[in-house]
Amino acid sequence: MTGWLLAGGPVIPNFGRPSACLKRNGWFCTDWMGKHWGDTLQPALVQHIELTLVAVGIGFAIAFLLALVGFRWRIFDAPLGGLTDLLYAIPSIALFQLLVPLTGLTVTTVEIALTSYTLFILYRNILSGLRSVPDEVLESARGMGFTRLQTFVRVELPLAAPAILAGVRIATVATISIATVAAFLIQYGLGAPIFDAIETPDLFKTELLASGGLAILLALTADGLLAVVQRAVTPWNRLR
Amino acid sequence: MPSAAAELVFDEATKVYPGREGAAVDHLSLTVPAGEICVLVGPSGGGKTTALKLVNRLIPLTGGDIRIDGTSILDHDLVELRRSIGYVIQQVGLFPHMTIEANIGTVPKLLGRDRKWIRRRVAELLELVGLDPDKDRKRFPAELSGGQRQRVGLARALAANPSLMLMDEPFGAIDPIVRARLQDEFLRLQHELRKTVVFVTHDIDEAIKLGDRIAILREGGRLAQYDTPQRILEQPVDDFVADFVGRDRALKALSLRTLGDLEPTSAAGDGLPRLPAETNLRDALAVLIAEHREALVVVGADGRALGVVKREDLLR
Repeated sequence: MTGWLLAGGPVIPNFGRPSACLKRNGWFCTDWMGKHWGDTLQPALVQHIELTLVAVGIGFAIAFLLALVGFRWRIFDAPLGGLTDLLYAIPSIALFQLLVPLTGLTVTTVEIALTSYTLFILYRNILSGLRSVPDEVLESARGMGFTRLQTFVRVELPLAAPAILAGVRIATVATISIATVAAFLIQYGLGAPIFDAIETPDLFKTELLASGGLAILLALTADGLLAVVQRAVTPWNRLR
Repeated sequence: MPSAAAELVFDEATKVYPGREGAAVDHLSLTVPAGEICVLVGPSGGGKTTALKLVNRLIPLTGGDIRIDGTSILDHDLVELRRSIGYVIQQVGLFPHMTIEANIGTVPKLLGRDRKWIRRRVAELLELVGLDPDKDRKRFPAELSGGQRQRVGLARALAANPSLMLMDEPFGAIDPIVRARLQDEFLRLQHELRKTVVFVTHDIDEAIKLGDRIAILREGGRLAQYDTPQRILEQPVDDFVADFVGRDRALKALSLRTLGDLEPTSAAGDGLPRLPAETNLRDALAVLIAEHREALVVVGADGRALGVVKREDLLR
């Protein structure tokens, strides 16, 4: 990463020729933004997106399989729900500490924690979506000669889509937020510049605001994009 | 693809639910001739819906047999059996996420029909059930009224041209005015299509209006009487049937015939009420009572008087 802070810099780090704004540690110094977009903010943003995509992607795959099991065999529903509950209840910092002896100070450790948090939201949403299909719809599917698999693929899954996508939205936004804590372990994602700013003795306001603001912006953008996807793939849902 | 109507035979068909006292359907034996509407009617607990669902094996038989054109339903592949039978239920059960076109095309698609064939068939069926093929095909079920949805349900059941239709209280959740219209249209359709239909209802008036034959089931799924509407009304086999069809069964029997069925005399009809020949005798009698008259003039489709009918002619 940038490294200037880890080296234990001065109260106002040495940026070469600091502007007046930086000298008085102003709330938002555009010159710093311009200079450090390329070496600090942009890479952190890309890393953050990567952390989120991997966590939500793997989390979705696992949650989907678990939800299938809970859907097909109802007795597994409560235990699986309890498991995702438990994972979600572990404070993230504690979970990192538990994982470090196993996977070290790595991105993998962070992803394991982030993924396990998405399960809680995704599992519940996928399962409730699959269960939301009205009885009469299932009966007419059966009566018309759908096989069990056809009923699942052509009826239950598409009708569960609004709930599933709603879950993906919540999980994505939550992961973007929680992923900032990754910087507690490694210099990775938008959490890193946030931590840097906080650890600056006088609190480096511009960096805090810029990186924190980016995290918020990322969350809002992701939410908006997913909302558009949701509307596009379930046109029928708006009518209900 | 089957298209000709099939003969349906219940042969001692029996359903006993495990852990429940008594049978839901008890040794039911009846034959529905090809191309006729058989209405299953009776009080709740009479097993009429169960009997219907035995046919497409949504509920498995406990004993006896059901045959379609001589072949036991148990000898059919389950999925193929269901695809070959039209199925309409009260809550319609349209797929909310599919357009009307996709809903109606469901079974043809399962059967591997190509898209062009399905498109043509859907347009044909929408027209048949009184919907607009251009306007309605791309709409979703949520955009339709209850009556329109049931029309789509009927079109969907007809899509693969089944030889047998099962209809479980299809008009039960629809308001009386629309229901009467749907019943009339259904009869008009049936006149053209001549399907074998098993129709479940708890409404004896609907049974009388629609049925070529009526099977009255009593508590415990036992058949009380299986007959034409006329005979059920005029000769109920026991008190249960007589009670079920109601004290006004003589009036209901009147509704089965129209003024056109009578032979009007050529007496002078000045000042008498004028009624079209397709008016049923029950309505004609009601008019005579309301207007304190003893006779009326029957009018043909062209508006010309066919003759005079007296009150006692109606009651004969």
